[in-house]
Amino acid sequence: MFDDFFIRALVAGIGIAFVTGPLGCFVVWRRLSYFGDTLSHSALLGVTMAYTFDLNIAISVFLISSVIALILIQLQKKTNLPGDALLGLLAHSSLAVGLVVIGFLTFIRFDIMGLLFGDILAVTTDDLLVIWTGGALILIVLKLIWKPLLASTVNYELAEAEGLNPDRAKAIFTILMAAVIAISIKMVGLLLITGMLIIPAAMARNISDSPQKMVLFSIIGGLLSVILGLYSSLEFNTSSGPSIIAAALILFILSLFKIKQSIKLKN
Amino acid sequence: MNSNNNILVKLNNAGFRQSEKWLVEGVSLTVEKGKIVTLIGPNGSGKSTTAKIALGIYKNIEGTVEKYTTKVSYVPQKISIDWTLPIRVYDFMLLTETIEDSAIDEALSLTGVIHLKNKNLGSLSGGEFQRVLIARAISKKPELLVLDEPVQGVDYTGEIALYELIKKISDTLNCGILLISHDLHMVMKATDHVVCLNGHVCCSGSPIDVAKNNEYKALFGEKASQILTTYEHKHDHVHSDEGEIKKN
Repeated sequence: MFDDFFIRALVAGIGIAFVTGPLGCFVVWRRLSYFGDTLSHSALLGVTMAYTFDLNIAISVFLISSVIALILIQLQKKTNLPGDALLGLLAHSSLAVGLVVIGFLTFIRFDIMGLLFGDILAVTTDDLLVIWTGGALILIVLKLIWKPLLASTVNYELAEAEGLNPDRAKAIFTILMAAVIAISIKMVGLLLITGMLIIPAAMARNISDSPQKMVLFSIIGGLLSVILGLYSSLEFNTSSGPSIIAAALILFILSLFKIKQSIKLKN
Repeated sequence: MNSNNNILVKLNNAGFRQSEKWLVEGVSLTVEKGKIVTLIGPNGSGKSTTAKIALGIYKNIEGTVEKYTTKVSYVPQKISIDWTLPIRVYDFMLLTETIEDSAIDEALSLTGVIHLKNKNLGSLSGGEFQRVLIARAISKKPELLVLDEPVQGVDYTGEIALYELIKKISDTLNCGILLISHDLHMVMKATDHVVCLNGHVCCSGSPIDVAKNNEYKALFGEKASQILTTYEHKHDHVHSDEGEIKKN
């Protein structure tokens, strides 16, 4: 069944959409899109590590992204630089270091375009296993920290006062972000992962009135984007990442009409 | 440690410093089951800080906090709901604890906002939002209820009704309440213990004792003192001919 590369890509993409949907909502709510960018840029370093030491790409990317997240937290505590400057610093320096290291690894032939923008030909049966087991784990953990994470998104002090331990939820969520980047890098590419997180969630925001509905619509939007994107990628011979993100953008634009309607109804 | 098992939270000489500036220091107070403790004081006197110390929101504090309950509800002074998060009143009621629909309806009815149940939180007026905050806090049936300016923005008749509700909650749930309020008229009737703050504890005791205190008079003026003493005549006891005190 998984012999056909396209079926593998489709199964992988569907698995990813189930995870990026809910996580993307929290990225939008908590204003973490630039943080997501930083983690995914650092993923290039993770990929080079994987090639150098012959590791699984997803695991290597997960480890490097987690380390970058830890460094970021330390820098936030110890320097007086604003958060966005620190994120930019880490994002671009880790991307640069990754590219420099690739320059040294002359014995390996890299498909840079594939890394940056995703490649549906690259998805193996092993990757499917990583995506679906990893994705299931991410969703289970997210379900467990849902209440404290949502409560502290609304009001940190309220969550802290009523004993929900928001700091722990935030730390776990950071790890989940690293994990979702790790499992989606091959399909979506490291430059576009944040788009996969944000655009379906933004689309869902336009048509939802509760957190749960927004998560549901975000998943549905992600699934549609993956299916539409991959078919057009096959049809027009375009990279998988940009095709998926472009499909997501179209859905977002359609969701704007719904807003227009509800504004009309109110008037 | 807890010799009196009615104690819910106890601050011992507690204080909090933020970037070398003391927000409040040397506060000792105890909130017991069924009792209402009110913090009063001018702006910036450390009322909210004291509440946050009691709640455990501030971690690096001077002194100690002993807490004997985990069933806590909090009505913060300021809360702004980000428009990026779509959330209805109903979702907000379930924010920190899963409670039954009947309990949600009951609490929203008590504070007079049941008709807003499915409204978006961002579309409420200031007063409506305060009512929802209070409803959420009481629907959890807490043992300790911390209210920071709970009726701000609520209309005058609503204010009276909500203070009566708070008093009723304290009686029916037998929960301890730590209340912050500017409104001396309203709160003093129900309060068991008043702590007057001004960066430190100025004076504390029963409402009457505090009203007679000179430091209190210096802080709030002679008029405020009269407000409190008028409540002396609304006590819950009468003096019999023999000079004995009879409860009503």
